Amino acid sequence: MNEIKPINVLLKGIFLFILFNLVIAAWQPGVGQFSLYNVLYPGRERLPFGENPKQAYNLSLFDLDAMFASHVIAGSPKADDEFRVIVIGDSSVWGTLLKPEETLAGQLNQASLNACGKNVRAYNLGYPTISLTKDVMLLSYAKQYDPDLVLWMTTLEAFPLEKQTSTPLVANNEEKARELATRYQLRVEADDSNFEVKSFWDKTFVGDRRAWADFFRLQIYGVMWAATGIDQVYPSDYEKAQTDFEADESYHDLSAPLTEDELAINALETGFRVVGETPMLLVNEPMLISSGANSDIRYNFFYPRWAYDDYREIMTALSQRNGWTYIDLWNIAPVSEFTNSAIHLTPAGEKMLAEALAPYILENCR
Amino acid sequence: MALENILILAAASLLWGALLRERGRTWFMLIASVLVIFWLQPALPIRGADFWAPLATLVLVVLTWYITTDDETRKGRKNIIVLLIVAGVVLLLNLARFVPQLQIFTASRPPQLETTLLIFLVTGLTLLALSRLTRFSASFLTAGLILTIGLFLTLKVPALTYWTSYFLRTLTYQSLDATRNTDFAWLGFSYVAFRLLHTIRDRQMGRLPSVDLGEYLTYVIFFPAFTAGPIDRLERFIKDLRRSDCEVLAEGQSDLPTASQRLLLGTFKKFVIADALALIALNDTNATQVTSTFWMWVIVYAYAFQIYFDFSGYTDIALGIAQLLGIKLPENFASPYLKPNLTQFWNNWHMTLTQWFRAYFFNPITRWLRSWQKPMSIPMMILLTQVATMLLIGFWHGVIWNFTLWGVWHGLGLFIHNRWNDMTKAKAAAWATTSTKQAILNISGILLTFHFVAIGWIFFALSSPVTSWQVIQKLLGLSF
Repeated sequence: MNEIKPINVLLKGIFLFILFNLVIAAWQPGVGQFSLYNVLYPGRERLPFGENPKQAYNLSLFDLDAMFASHVIAGSPKADDEFRVIVIGDSSVWGTLLKPEETLAGQLNQASLNACGKNVRAYNLGYPTISLTKDVMLLSYAKQYDPDLVLWMTTLEAFPLEKQTSTPLVANNEEKARELATRYQLRVEADDSNFEVKSFWDKTFVGDRRAWADFFRLQIYGVMWAATGIDQVYPSDYEKAQTDFEADESYHDLSAPLTEDELAINALETGFRVVGETPMLLVNEPMLISSGANSDIRYNFFYPRWAYDDYREIMTALSQRNGWTYIDLWNIAPVSEFTNSAIHLTPAGEKMLAEALAPYILENCR
Repeated sequence: MALENILILAAASLLWGALLRERGRTWFMLIASVLVIFWLQPALPIRGADFWAPLATLVLVVLTWYITTDDETRKGRKNIIVLLIVAGVVLLLNLARFVPQLQIFTASRPPQLETTLLIFLVTGLTLLALSRLTRFSASFLTAGLILTIGLFLTLKVPALTYWTSYFLRTLTYQSLDATRNTDFAWLGFSYVAFRLLHTIRDRQMGRLPSVDLGEYLTYVIFFPAFTAGPIDRLERFIKDLRRSDCEVLAEGQSDLPTASQRLLLGTFKKFVIADALALIALNDTNATQVTSTFWMWVIVYAYAFQIYFDFSGYTDIALGIAQLLGIKLPENFASPYLKPNLTQFWNNWHMTLTQWFRAYFFNPITRWLRSWQKPMSIPMMILLTQVATMLLIGFWHGVIWNFTLWGVWHGLGLFIHNRWNDMTKAKAAAWATTSTKQAILNISGILLTFHFVAIGWIFFALSSPVTSWQVIQKLLGLSF
């Protein structure tokens, strides 16, 4: 028998390890498309997001392929009698503090709507960061699932220019953002410093180990999602949304009056170009309207009155000019129906929102 | 041990081979072990406890060596040198108090030097007093036995741990309201206690080999096996320790691939498989959240495999690092989940622990019961000894209701298997005449044993009998 020489084993091991890393960096295999969700366990009702994975059985990652592959929409072939509605937006759509069935999409499904003889099935594709560009990125992915209608829930906080690419999901997907720029004229600066640029070494298995670990953890947590139906932590107690404010009129270094140039209107237009012929309802989502201290200056934590009033006017004018279906539901929910933020609704608040939107969904079927 | 601890220890062991070559192996192991017990001890809420706990380990080991060693060996000059070196290392660690950059071996800033010197003085005076005794009394051994068991109970009975923490907080002028029974986690003491008890008992029985202080200290606190075993026997350990450095080095060349392989395998088992399974393994939180029988089984299975890969992974790491130093620690696991009955499972799961209990509890108590003038019936004796042994193994993990239930579960299981085997052995042999039938029997046995063990893990993984019962009901589809 040949004698094993440890140094040879070590050198071969190092060589193979380096080779493996180089192959991964050069190939970028895109494993995100492969998923155990919708195969071994049911797809998630909302996109993966979580800051406390061990308790939420959920985590935040930036691989859009893996995120969508874990969603129930990826494993649900569209039935002939299905009227497919996708709902995009921020954490208020994703459903912070809400169970999947309590979110807007969940409430729409529970309403058992019938549009043009088809059963309305809504899919929650919201994601808890506020940026129109992030929404457009998700929308471009969601399009492959053949929606019959898109509900795009927005709020002014998604419009400031500096917020567009700073959201981690966009910042870590520069290639996708630039693809949208080329294909749909999304405005992306050539030297935008928000993007996380990966060098060749960052793309090796070692350099990109966080992304690999996230991918595997997402697959493993699928067991707990299937076993418990839990995908976020539901604290028994939380701090209610603020209703008393300082006498502060500032808003993102902007000054009155707010103009279209100061907002990411291009991202909104890009969204409509992405969906093309598919009907899309642009919805100004409900927000908390405070009557507490200095509420004559601010509506809530996010918005001084002047900025929000200007924003609503801009949105109305913009929608009329472009022929978009714009639904302004900013004031439909009372203060009592908000939870820990000026845009997070209670289950009852989401129900009110679903009921307000239902007629528009029925009107916009083809 | 975290991954970085393991990598550093493995690298240090390899470096020893590469740099020191033909000398200093035993000194390296001793000094490294002393440093490592301070290094691995995590920070504790009680001020200074992360320094006092390893120091207490050293003092206890020195005193136990003294009472378990014969006069001749005790007088050896090397012992004084070892004592001075160990004290020197501890003093250096303590002096790092004044140089924050050097505080790499302790979790927090080391305590005042005066207290350490006082402990040295008390230990020295105790040793001096013992050395002045003209006749060494066997009662010292009994006292050592009681002290070790007492300390063990203090750490394992939650109420006692609470009061110990309370007492220590009083000494350090810390808030008593914040006292928790988890305040004082003395790393490695469970294994240290087993090694001390083994040597005290063997000394009482007159079968303990003579070892000097350096050998004894290295055996008890040997760093690869300090936190998670295996529990070696002194007579076997010193055979490896006393081999000449040249002999070890010569063998080391051929041992290196197997040691490295073992180390890598252990690291993979622990940090890839076990840590991944930990994300979905049964725990107090998810036990109440699972909504279906199928998934309940999945997370119970996940726990069963997680605990196996975690523990056997650590054992592989310990064996691998020890082998780099020329020590072949005993195996602790031999495919336990592939054994066709519970008796064989326990002969292959945490083997060094079960061997320890067999040698120092099960066999003596069986002999004692048999020696009765009117011995009890054999089945009764088996029931009593099996349940008592497994109960003690349960208590070794902690004196709480769930470990008690786990111990009783296995004790009864072993008893039932013993009786069943007695009743059906002949019939089974007569039936299993072909290899197919033997395979059927074997596979059925493996499946049955695995599921019995897996259900037992429910008590082990959870902290409350009520939750454990709810999980069992869910497994049977009875309650959601």
